[in-house]
Amino acid sequence: MAKEFWRWKEYNWKNEDISWKNGSTISAGIDVGSVSSQAVILVDGELYAYSSMRTGSDSPKSAENAMNWALDGTEMTMQNIHYVVGTGYGRVNVPFANKTITEIACHARGANTMYGPTVRTILDMGGQDCKAIRCDEKGKVTNFLMNDKCAAGTGRGMEVFADLLSVPIEDIGPLSFEVAEEPPPVSSTCVVFAKTEATSLLRQGWPKNKVIASYCSAMAHRVVSLLERISVENDFVITGGIGKNIGVVKRITDELGANTLQSKYDTQIAGALGAALFGRALAEKERK
Amino acid sequence: MIANFGYKDGSGEFYIAIDTDKCNGCGDCIPACPSHILALRDNEFDPMADDQMVVILDEFRKKIKYACAACKPDHAVHSLPCVNACAPVAITHSW
Ligand code: SF4
Ligand code: SF4
Repeated sequence: MAKEFWRWKEYNWKNEDISWKNGSTISAGIDVGSVSSQAVILVDGELYAYSSMRTGSDSPKSAENAMNWALDGTEMTMQNIHYVVGTGYGRVNVPFANKTITEIACHARGANTMYGPTVRTILDMGGQDCKAIRCDEKGKVTNFLMNDKCAAGTGRGMEVFADLLSVPIEDIGPLSFEVAEEPPPVSSTCVVFAKTEATSLLRQGWPKNKVIASYCSAMAHRVVSLLERISVENDFVITGGIGKNIGVVKRITDELGANTLQSKYDTQIAGALGAALFGRALAEKERK
Repeated sequence: MIANFGYKDGSGEFYIAIDTDKCNGCGDCIPACPSHILALRDNEFDPMADDQMVVILDEFRKKIKYACAACKPDHAVHSLPCVNACAPVAITHSW
């Protein structure tokens, strides 16, 4: 089988310091995106376990797989979870969810916890769309817009690009800085056209890294123009898979002159984390 | 909250913005729209609140420019039925 350069690492994680059996509210959030799915489990609002994996062709199955993988090795079962919230593009397909909530609300809520209450602007660069969200100190949405019309500035676009250049997707970011000087951005970030353009640049003898830099720069530029409408206020964070691509992240923040925060958690779990936090709040509201 | 529904592409910026702090959920804009793209829904952007808001229906969000061509065929500034119907001025258009 040919090497799959687009393939990013799927994984799960659990917090060994927490003994869930002592928790009074256990909540879970599942974010079924077009490209990846995450499940997060919280014990009284504390991050206990999570998983991140590729969304398969069957959304309900993907939700279940992500959930099972987060539960793996915890001795916890679905019966122990008091409240499950589904979010993301495939949220209506989470069969065991008590409620579904839009990813806009979940990303804002999740980012508020992941990066702290100073976060005011969130750019979620997901698998197949981009969302720009403004929120207050409680993580409540104050303004948002999305762009799901084309795959530019999205994880899927980056996967196609990585494959085209035969470069592992994790290496794209670092390699994009290994150029003598910043090349002009490719004129198109549309997946289809960028592919043709990148191929022709390679054929003209451009080194790979230069083509990569040019593509990252185009993606950044494109997204910055999307942000104009909501105007960026500091602190600024980028969630979603592209949030891990330093080549795009640095070019966006440089162009904006924005102050970004880092999180010790994976940028891809923001949505599922927000969903689980809402799950906890809703479970406690119902109990009252 | 300002909810921007629509998109930006090579041909321009096409957003309908709903100001949920102004929208009172009266529903007057819905029958006014000749393209039937508006609907009243639970405010799913604030799951802890129990209010309702007007949204642009999902299936129209990616083609709002064409859906609204019924009211502004020539891209000139017109008086729009949705905007006129809304007493609290909760609806604005970017184009
Ligand atoms: S401009 Fe016309 S078609 Fe568009 S939302 Fe308003 S009333 Fe409906
Ligand atoms: S007319 Fe205005 S206030 Fe009434 S539902 Fe429509 S947007 Fe809201």
